Amino acid sequence: MLSGLLESIFNGVSIGSVLLISALGLAIVFGLMGVINLAHGELMMLGAYTTFVVQNIFKTLPAPLFEFYIFFALIAAFIVAAAVGLVLERGVIRFLYGRPLETLLATWGVSLILQQLVRSISLGLSIAIATFSLLFFGGMWLIKRRPDFDRIRNGTIAIILPLSIAISAAVSIFLAQTYGLTITKPWFGAQNVDVTAPEWLRGGFPIGDFQLPYSRLFIMAITVICLVGIYLFLQQTNWGLRIRAVTQNRQMSACLGIPTAQVDAFTFALGSGLAGVAGCAISLLGSVGPNTGQNYVVDTFMVVVVGGVGKLAGTIIAALSIGTASYLIGSGNLATIFAPIQPVADFFTFFATTSMAKVMVFALIITFLQVRPGGIFPQKGRNVEL
Amino acid sequence: MITLVPKKKRDNRLLIEAGIVVTIALILILIIPWLLTDFRLSLLGRFLALSIAALGIDLIWGYTGLLSMGHGVFFALGGYLLAMYLKLQIPKDAANQLPEFMNLYGVTELPSFWQPFHDFNFTLLAILLIPTIIGGLLGYLVFRNRIRGVYFSILTQAATVVFFNFFNGQQKLFNGTNGLTDFKTILGADISTYQFTFYILTIIALMFAYALCRWLTSGRFGNLLVAIRDDENRLRFSGYNPTGFKVVVFAVSAALAAIGGAFYTIQTGRVSPQLMDIGFSIEMVIWVAAGGRGTLVGAILGTLLVNFAKSLLSEQFPEVWLFFQGALFLIVVTVLPDGVVGLRKLFYRRQQPISTYPNIDLDPEVQSEREHPSN
Amino acid sequence: MANQFGRRRFILLGGAGLAGTVILNACTKPGSSPTKTPTTAPATSASPSDAPVAANGNTVKVGILHSLSGTMAISEKSVVDAEQLAISEINAKGGVLGKQIEAIVEDGASDWDKFAEKAKKLIDQDKVATVFGCWTSASRKAVLPVFEGKKHMLWYPVQYEGQECSQNVFYTGAAPNQQIEPAVDWLLKNKGKEFFLVGSDYVFPRTANTIIKAQLKAKGGKAVGEDYLPLGNNEVTPIIAKIKKALPNGGVIFNTLNGDSNVAFFKQMQSAGLKADKYPVMSVSVAEEEVKAIGVEYLKGHYASWNYFQTVNTPANKTFVDSFKKKYGAERVVNDPMEAAYIMVYMWKMAVEKAKTFELEAVRKAANGLTFDAPEGKVTMENNHHLSKFVRIGEIGADGMFKIVSESKEAIKPIPWNQYVTETKGFACDWSDPAKGGKYKAKA
Repeated sequence: MLSGLLESIFNGVSIGSVLLISALGLAIVFGLMGVINLAHGELMMLGAYTTFVVQNIFKTLPAPLFEFYIFFALIAAFIVAAAVGLVLERGVIRFLYGRPLETLLATWGVSLILQQLVRSISLGLSIAIATFSLLFFGGMWLIKRRPDFDRIRNGTIAIILPLSIAISAAVSIFLAQTYGLTITKPWFGAQNVDVTAPEWLRGGFPIGDFQLPYSRLFIMAITVICLVGIYLFLQQTNWGLRIRAVTQNRQMSACLGIPTAQVDAFTFALGSGLAGVAGCAISLLGSVGPNTGQNYVVDTFMVVVVGGVGKLAGTIIAALSIGTASYLIGSGNLATIFAPIQPVADFFTFFATTSMAKVMVFALIITFLQVRPGGIFPQKGRNVEL
Repeated sequence: MITLVPKKKRDNRLLIEAGIVVTIALILILIIPWLLTDFRLSLLGRFLALSIAALGIDLIWGYTGLLSMGHGVFFALGGYLLAMYLKLQIPKDAANQLPEFMNLYGVTELPSFWQPFHDFNFTLLAILLIPTIIGGLLGYLVFRNRIRGVYFSILTQAATVVFFNFFNGQQKLFNGTNGLTDFKTILGADISTYQFTFYILTIIALMFAYALCRWLTSGRFGNLLVAIRDDENRLRFSGYNPTGFKVVVFAVSAALAAIGGAFYTIQTGRVSPQLMDIGFSIEMVIWVAAGGRGTLVGAILGTLLVNFAKSLLSEQFPEVWLFFQGALFLIVVTVLPDGVVGLRKLFYRRQQPISTYPNIDLDPEVQSEREHPSN
Repeated sequence: MANQFGRRRFILLGGAGLAGTVILNACTKPGSSPTKTPTTAPATSASPSDAPVAANGNTVKVGILHSLSGTMAISEKSVVDAEQLAISEINAKGGVLGKQIEAIVEDGASDWDKFAEKAKKLIDQDKVATVFGCWTSASRKAVLPVFEGKKHMLWYPVQYEGQECSQNVFYTGAAPNQQIEPAVDWLLKNKGKEFFLVGSDYVFPRTANTIIKAQLKAKGGKAVGEDYLPLGNNEVTPIIAKIKKALPNGGVIFNTLNGDSNVAFFKQMQSAGLKADKYPVMSVSVAEEEVKAIGVEYLKGHYASWNYFQTVNTPANKTFVDSFKKKYGAERVVNDPMEAAYIMVYMWKMAVEKAKTFELEAVRKAANGLTFDAPEGKVTMENNHHLSKFVRIGEIGADGMFKIVSESKEAIKPIPWNQYVTETKGFACDWSDPAKGGKYKAKA
């Protein structure tokens, strides 16, 4: 009984910790900017692909080093995802502040593009993108220096944009026809790629007839480190102070001289970086493919909605309780507990498959929101929006 | 939209508009079939069905500002309800009176909730009412607590996942992933020979849907919807309770989606849980956005344009369709917030840009109230 | 769905009048169909001439209909590669009846409606001679009415749950009795009597598990539990807990998971301490490509049941593997559905050559009984439009290839209507005899 209880708690927490680390970045970004990033899952996917690349680089190195690739992968995943997040924020999202619904649509568009990008990215495509960026942004940069830039802006874009698209397309088609497969062969392709955890993460720590998987313990450790790091960062550093200030009252912070645009960009990059870390973590458990992000994203949103945006603690509690609930329902443990009361047991048995457990958990979440529409910790303030 | 036009002139405009709508419908029925191949025509029929659902989306998003990312659920529900009737059209001489998938999965007795679907009139009523009720109920639970904005969108998205899992998992009740397919007859007539009739019916239903939305969005109710979109708090402070209006408009849009789904199903010949896919529901929104939100014509136009573009592009370049679709989302949101319909502004600027708070003295309703103080 | 619903004539005859009735009808109850005026029904019939085959000039068009985008692209892309390989080989040797094959590739986008739409386009607009395509049961079920309505021809290369036998489809993948049932028999003999069934939440796993349960019951085994994961789900902790509870001392796990979930399943099985020695997993959707994507570290010692493995030792297989690698790169692998796809292109070519025409009815007749020296061995197209195939069980080795541990002596004849399931017991299918058709009572 005791080991059964321990097992239940551990399994619930381990599902919860995956949810938590995936939702962490999202919660911070949502709290600060009120923006839900539908491309969050795809940033996780990029983190997972980064892990794959790092793993392959380490495979060429001497054997003992390979065992530690995961640490480098975590850092690399953070950097890659943060960089993409930064580009995303500067390129798209900053134009959409104050229009959260439009941001939702735009980030969905970004997520589609990122998915197809990892499927079809090849040397040829990356050359084409590079050529295009060089031509377009270089051209814009040159023209920006002219004094009458504002007047000719739209006209120039109308000329430069198709021109650079045409040139880069021509270049890539030419290269593809001259060099064939070496240029057009996709790097990753539509197939899933394999990320193999290092040897020491593949086993488990036995307790009686139960085994605590090391990979789960590792993910919990990463989650805790991220949480502590973020907490310290928000509480102890200047940037953390600014982020908290903007989260609480944007206008007032701006009046006091906090560069809100920079804070936004910085926070978004941070949140994206955390998504990258989460991507690296989940690659230890599941598949790495173009659809990886899609598989997590809805669950992650539910965590944010239930947690509320007031405090990080809300996200933690929400993630752990959703994790535990879906474990208890999905594994049929609730049905066993209620075995003496036949109708209740039957009810839970009906939901005791993984896919039906999702239905049940969602119903619970809707019920919960009837009681607390703003989540566990709603944002406090004197805002009429609440 | 708030139209600042005297009443008489508005009546004239309405007549002209009705004339245009009927003309377009007649063109679609009488002329277009001669111009398109069979294949393209059948696509057009489906896209027209989709645009009925798009009108519903426009109603809640374009006018009321509620972004639903879960209308695929209602769309699929409409399809399923009709499909249940169609699956029960079993020849009298068949071995037993069960849909064939139930035979395969060992169901011996028709589940009780399938029973009423033997009746065609009940089915029609169900298509209209069940999604409306579900939509209204969900809407009530959500709006009552003033859940709005992205919270609302995320909840609707989660609802699609739930419904998907439910329909997908219940193989004995709804044939699971495969969905209901292979319909033979409707009211005793062979479905495949009547495809053109369904095309005409779709156009007529679309006309009705358009008229309904036009009626809802003009006048005071429409103004209230726009007010909810633009500043719900101000509306609340002026003594209205927006919850009721939101529930009603959400239920209506659910019904429109269901009608669209039913017409779509009879034309494609199948309905499956895939219609409850997250992507499909968001796609619906982008049709409206691409056409021009807040304009009914935009919703229809956008649906047709985007879907034909999708059909053509994915024929030519199957692998790059996602790039195009993603780019479409970005472009519509950043550069073209008013969609295709908004493009006309580039050409002439005669119309005043719509201001959120128009001068109250110019409002025809205010004027008419002044003239007839008894009202 | 509809072939040529005689629209133009239809309009000329009754168009305006019908529209009038329709409007009246629709006013009272929108959505109804004017069946009260059945006299206006156009006289159309689905004769083969409705779908004439465009084989003029020096080329003949064939359709390839798979998902190149979306979730299923993972699996279906490589099947397209195998089909293209067969087509280019045939073309290099002079084509079919002196014509070069021109493949029109359409993307089903993992969207079943899209599959039906594209199937219609291939038949009506491109006038293809035949279509190779589909992977999931749902996509096949979606295009089935199209092919049956237009009396056209589909070749389907994937192992599936059976319980179907269409005149218009040729199934070159395994029927359950060529993959699942032998695997269960082998497990009962070699691995244990207690089974836990894990599957993705869609039709193939659910039907397969129904069959397995019936078979276990008949042969003295026992299914101690089953669970289904939503497609793409990566959290298998509850399932592992269930397995441990149901099989505390080890037992057989029969795995019909598809796609992404397999990765999560095997990774988490290993870290939870369920090893291949105590909990051997028999998979029916894990082939060479998937082994590569899951990571061989997690799969060593587990089993899979297929008709073909890359390691099959036949001369035909050597040529097949070599030419595939030459065309697509040395690191690529081939698998069972790809081999089935390769077979079906050749089967179609042979049927056309035997019929000496591209005319569908003749080709369909000619296909019955054809024998082809496939990479897996000599296979025959049976009268029930399924292929007789070899059954093999492979153990996954450290190199990511399968070590064949059991192999049928000869090709097993396909049984589409399952004999373990009560509803279809005693039924069979024979398209060579018009009196029998798709589903007839074989014997009392």
